[in-house]
Amino acid sequence: MTKLDPIEALQAAFGDAIEDVSTFRGDTTVVVSAAKIADIGRYCLQTEGLEYNLLSDVTGIDYYPQEPRFAVAYHLYSLPHNRSLRLKVYLPGDDPVVPSVTPVWPTANWFEREIYDLLGVTFTDHPDLRRILMPEGWDGHPLRKDYPLGYETVQFSFNFDEVDRHKPYAKE
Amino acid sequence: MSVQEETVWQGDVEKLRGLVSDRALSGETMVLNMGPQHPSTHGVLRLLLELDGEDIVNCIPDIGFLHTGIEKNMEAKRYEQSITMTDRMDYLNPLGNNLAYCLAMEKLIELDVPPRAQVIRVLLAELTRINSHLVWLGTHALDIGAMSVFLYCFREREKILDIFEMVSGQRMMSTYFRPGGLWRDVPEEFEPAVRDFIDYFPAKVDDYEKLLSNNPIWLDRTQGIGFISAEDAIALGCTGPTLRGSGVNWDIRKALPYSGYEQFDFEVPLGVHGDVYDRYIIRIEEMRQSLRIVEQAIDNLPGGLFRSNNRKYVPPPRAELGHSMEAVIHHFKLWTEGFRPPKGEVYVRVESPRGELGCFLASDGSPRPWRVRFRTPSFVHLSALPHMAKGHLIADLVGIIGSVDIVLGDCDR
Repeated sequence: MTKLDPIEALQAAFGDAIEDVSTFRGDTTVVVSAAKIADIGRYCLQTEGLEYNLLSDVTGIDYYPQEPRFAVAYHLYSLPHNRSLRLKVYLPGDDPVVPSVTPVWPTANWFEREIYDLLGVTFTDHPDLRRILMPEGWDGHPLRKDYPLGYETVQFSFNFDEVDRHKPYAKE
Repeated sequence: MSVQEETVWQGDVEKLRGLVSDRALSGETMVLNMGPQHPSTHGVLRLLLELDGEDIVNCIPDIGFLHTGIEKNMEAKRYEQSITMTDRMDYLNPLGNNLAYCLAMEKLIELDVPPRAQVIRVLLAELTRINSHLVWLGTHALDIGAMSVFLYCFREREKILDIFEMVSGQRMMSTYFRPGGLWRDVPEEFEPAVRDFIDYFPAKVDDYEKLLSNNPIWLDRTQGIGFISAEDAIALGCTGPTLRGSGVNWDIRKALPYSGYEQFDFEVPLGVHGDVYDRYIIRIEEMRQSLRIVEQAIDNLPGGLFRSNNRKYVPPPRAELGHSMEAVIHHFKLWTEGFRPPKGEVYVRVESPRGELGCFLASDGSPRPWRVRFRTPSFVHLSALPHMAKGHLIADLVGIIGSVDIVLGDCDR
């Protein structure tokens, strides 16, 4: 079975769309241009010698306050060649939009819905982009770094009344 | 508008458009809500079903009822503090989750694990697999109508939980693995207890098979149900027994060995038909293979350290604090600030009882992870459920849900 080097193959096929290649602890990361991700995904899946047929994971990262703020990482795995690859795209903070890879790997459907739900990244051409984990009418995207974690102030005897005034429960 | 009017659900037909077929909107097919508190959905899973008579036309899973924001919470804690939360994700596979998270941390900081710790980790991970498969078998059989198997399975599971309690003090949420090894060494009674279990358990697996494998009712309810082809299973991201049920030989323990799995001799059972019955047979056989691994591990349990000696990441033993200033400093640093891994991103996959459990860690060089992400098998398998359920009877849906072995805590995190 022929086995292509994924970096060389991608660079030959897409040229400038491959923005950066790095290896950390044995994981190879290829940063690609966001507009091309669906084409690059299809190429990785269908090219003989690459055949990244299992999309293990899609995840979003918020690098706030850096710019570009968001990243989406795709963890690909090739069953015939037993190797993996990470594709990554960077997205601007004010308008994070990226083409969906659901037409390429159907399993991306729910992963992308989760990223949309928790980070507010929009995927174009997604068949069913709704919230998945949070309730439908939820305000905001909880995994964003500027979304507070939320906690309850501990009430002691000396500040009982003060804390009680700010507590969000019904008072008569 | 009065309060009463507000609380009455008005029924938004527009929200259903696109999810169900047009036949449902004209009233030709029926839309039925199943869950989130249905006894056979193994947790709080809601399914929206479109039915033509008893046939399933469309199945739309609705998840998120158990979403607890574990990933967000982990960002606010130090690396070591989050181990307890991984137990609570997939509550039938606590040690497997610990393992995935610890391996990701160890990959990030390039920490070596002593051989004794690795073997104990494998041993306990395999006991966890048996434990998880026992709960699965019991509840799956209960769903389909075989009551007694459930009671037998929980009887055997109790023995495994006793072993977990012995090593960690906890039956279920054991939090026993630490970056660099284990929390503490296993006690003396551990080895006899494991050997007892190895002698005791094989006959019990045979008993389950006697009760189910050739039972005509069981065969009727499972064979040819919930079919998924190998191509579809890969495209939909199925892993673990669900993928192997369709005949794809991919087990992460064999393909990408971690924690020393390459030293163990075991087989990967494969299915042929990709139906509920094949997934059942695979899990039964996996219990036997896991027991083989446990046996090899206890026979070849190496001596030595149970935790790495790298003091920058692993706390010193309590006894050293009394006479070593350096130990006190390390202890103080680890407990007040935690360790600082280098900047970078890693992804680790392990074979959980349900399939591929992935852990993605992004570090910015601070003592708290910048982003933790768990790729959980239940989440992916649930997204493949509509594909398996379409065209079957509503009564078979219960068997199909059981056969992909979902845990909603794992799914929603």
